Amino acid sequence: MSRKLKLRIWRGDATDGGLKNVEVEVNEGEVVLDVIHRVQATQMGDLAVRWNCKAGKCGSCSMEINGKPRLACMTQVASFPEDEEITITPLRAFPVIKDLVTDVSFNYKKAMEIPSYEHPAELKPGEARMAQVDVERSQEFRKCIECFLCQDVCHVVRDHEENKKSFAGPRFFIRIAELDMHPLDRLKNRKQKAQEEHGLGMCNITKCCTEVCPEHIRITDNAIIPMKERVVDVKYDPVRWLGAKIRKREGIV
Amino acid sequence: MKTLEKHRYDVVVIGAGGAGLRAAVEAREAGLRVAIVCKSLFGKAHTVMAEGGAAASMGNVNDKDNWQVHFRDTMRGGKFLNNYRMAELHAKESPDRIWELEVWGALFDRTKEGKISQRNFGGHEYPRLAHVGDRTGLELIRTMQQRIVALQQIDAKENGDAESHIKVFAELTITEILKEGNKIAGAYGYWRENGNEVLFEAPAVIIATGGVGKTFKITSNSWEGTGDGHALALKSGANLIDMEFLQFHPTGMVWPPSVRGILVTESVRGEGGILTNSLGERFMFKYIPSVFKEMYADNEEEADRWYLDQDNNRRPPELLPRDEVARAINSEVKAGRGTQHGGVFLDVSKRLPAEVIKKRLPSMWHQFFELAGVDITKEAMEVGPTCHYVMGGVEVEPDTAAAVGVPGLFAAGEVAGGMHGSNRLGGNSLSDLLVFGRRAGMGAAAYVKNNSGSSVSDSAIAAAAARIEAPFTKTGGENAYSLHAELQEVTHNLVGIIRTGKEVEEAIEKIATIRARSANVAVVGDRKFNPGFHLAFDLDNMLLVAESTAKSALLREESRGGHTRDDFPGMNSKWRQVNHVSNFDGNKVNVKAQPLVTLSKELFELFDVHELEKYMTQEEIVKGGSN
Repeated sequence: MSRKLKLRIWRGDATDGGLKNVEVEVNEGEVVLDVIHRVQATQMGDLAVRWNCKAGKCGSCSMEINGKPRLACMTQVASFPEDEEITITPLRAFPVIKDLVTDVSFNYKKAMEIPSYEHPAELKPGEARMAQVDVERSQEFRKCIECFLCQDVCHVVRDHEENKKSFAGPRFFIRIAELDMHPLDRLKNRKQKAQEEHGLGMCNITKCCTEVCPEHIRITDNAIIPMKERVVDVKYDPVRWLGAKIRKREGIV
Repeated sequence: MKTLEKHRYDVVVIGAGGAGLRAAVEAREAGLRVAIVCKSLFGKAHTVMAEGGAAASMGNVNDKDNWQVHFRDTMRGGKFLNNYRMAELHAKESPDRIWELEVWGALFDRTKEGKISQRNFGGHEYPRLAHVGDRTGLELIRTMQQRIVALQQIDAKENGDAESHIKVFAELTITEILKEGNKIAGAYGYWRENGNEVLFEAPAVIIATGGVGKTFKITSNSWEGTGDGHALALKSGANLIDMEFLQFHPTGMVWPPSVRGILVTESVRGEGGILTNSLGERFMFKYIPSVFKEMYADNEEEADRWYLDQDNNRRPPELLPRDEVARAINSEVKAGRGTQHGGVFLDVSKRLPAEVIKKRLPSMWHQFFELAGVDITKEAMEVGPTCHYVMGGVEVEPDTAAAVGVPGLFAAGEVAGGMHGSNRLGGNSLSDLLVFGRRAGMGAAAYVKNNSGSSVSDSAIAAAAARIEAPFTKTGGENAYSLHAELQEVTHNLVGIIRTGKEVEEAIEKIATIRARSANVAVVGDRKFNPGFHLAFDLDNMLLVAESTAKSALLREESRGGHTRDDFPGMNSKWRQVNHVSNFDGNKVNVKAQPLVTLSKELFELFDVHELEKYMTQEEIVKGGSN
């Protein structure tokens, strides 16, 4: 069943831009990315949009649909009332390049700042033994498709450019948590570093990131809150503090 | 005039999927300075879509598995058209490549003993696929992406510049591979963001651009699968082999139309999912070809027992190699026993408890629930064949991944040909890109030691630049989007899953017409992140690939693996003795037959002679392999 759909698409670049009205055909079962492609093929050949897999697995087509950060390939047109216009805008937390495409290099810079996995030197390839139950905690975070919707929605940086320098954002808190919970990782102090160097303390657990995550990763409950709790434990537990001093432990295990 | 952005590297890797990243890691570890160039953002390559797993005979689940068994399965899957040396290297080296990922931080699913778990898959005799739920490709790409970050962190520490040895050039399209004399001298392209041109000078180029699925109408491939590397290689003088062989994955989504083609992982069948037609028949029992009779169950009871006792029962026919299952589904639908939307049913809901399905097939559950409104723990999926993988590709030297005929050019992963013969087994792709990605990195490193490369001439630069500007100089010409859609209709209807000589001839003519019209593609707007402009180059590549496929398909008068001729339905041992080789004369693609490399004696002896008789001529059997 095909019908006409009214869209408002933001077009422009870093210097100037605004919402453009478009009317386009839409068919049963289509997602927002389908109608954007139809607009591109029939009316605006140069409309810029990122996309790859069209199956919710690569995290490329991140944008804001009626103000909410979402993947365009996983947003059914039918999920909006038929007579309503749909407004499509680029991610707000990142600088616009053109139309719906933003400069997400912030995220790649932050990725560089997170210390990498350290494998136990004595374990040769093939010798690692880990229980399924132990790898599952990290596996939840490794489901991340790097769509950066959590980074976009997080109000620590969404309207506060100045915070970007000292704040890694939810995507990288789950990266740190993933490494912290990795059964074999040798690097210590990941939680403290999250607190001291990556801005974990700036998060005030409003759970917006969890809400927008297309992979349904429980970013706040399973990564951020446990790390915050453990950091607090160590910082304010005098017995552990003393133990750490005496035995020159690097940190919590 | 703006000054041209120039870079000098030891090696340029085109493509940042699994093969490209593995090659880059290897080249960097050998001390080379590496540029990684990709059309998308870093970490978005099509490898993320791989679901089922990576095949490696680690023997963690069944200790009878070893490289010889894996090798045999791979050759059977490819109907013995494989380059045997590639299949041998692949079977021998894939366990090490998987274990190495673990050293870099990958977290595969585990067995009870805490080893890497392995799952069953079509065509593999034992449980062999290392996996992470049904998102194994994502784990691979993320692990290698993070490995590259780790290497960059080391460089930052050691010499103050994270990008001193590896730099990722994301969202950059390569339009040309440059040679001086007969050797590679670099590559030319443009930034997608602003259209500004870039020159890379390098003695070695590794092509790792993946597949060609976007040439077809119904495909599991993302927009990137436009055969860029295939076309770049052809244009730089390399050969493509086996381009008639396309894998149609048996299970793509068929409803709703907007998701048609998106993959439904083979793991659904590996975990017990069964295929039925609209009459409720479990039809695969009717489609077991004679070469597989001894390995597959011919009744439901035995097939079901196999899931519990694999030593004493034959495998369910749902786990036949992909080409067999795709043709079977195609036949059922054609015979009028398809579903309302032209597919068949794939049902796992009656086979496993809901929570197990959600745990083992999480992204499938997610995909069907959100895109089709189907809860796979309660109801059946509708599925049908989708263009998934090209077995054909650049002709390479197995040990070094060096492209035949072009010194300095290397190819690995889906873009390389030979490894999979006429049909690839599921799970052999992720292991392929690890094994041969690494070998391409090593091959390039060895080559660069003795070849420092030369500067690219001004005339070559000017020619490459003119080609990029061309679409803007046309006025009122053709629309690239429409031409692409026309090409997809032609390939789908005339060189698709079932072919006839007459239709393929028609396709060759039509492709030539579209190619002539594509010379007039005009682009609206400017160079700034302009998808119409980008498509103009992709289209050119797809047209060359389609021409190569159609011409190879016309020559091969038999049906084998990913090439089915309705007018020549059987497999013929004489045709097994040749590969079809495409080259480009600057104007058109020419295809000729070339003798297949003969199986070595040592590998020949791994097979039962009676099995080989199904594939080889009596003379070949008597000869018993080469020395």
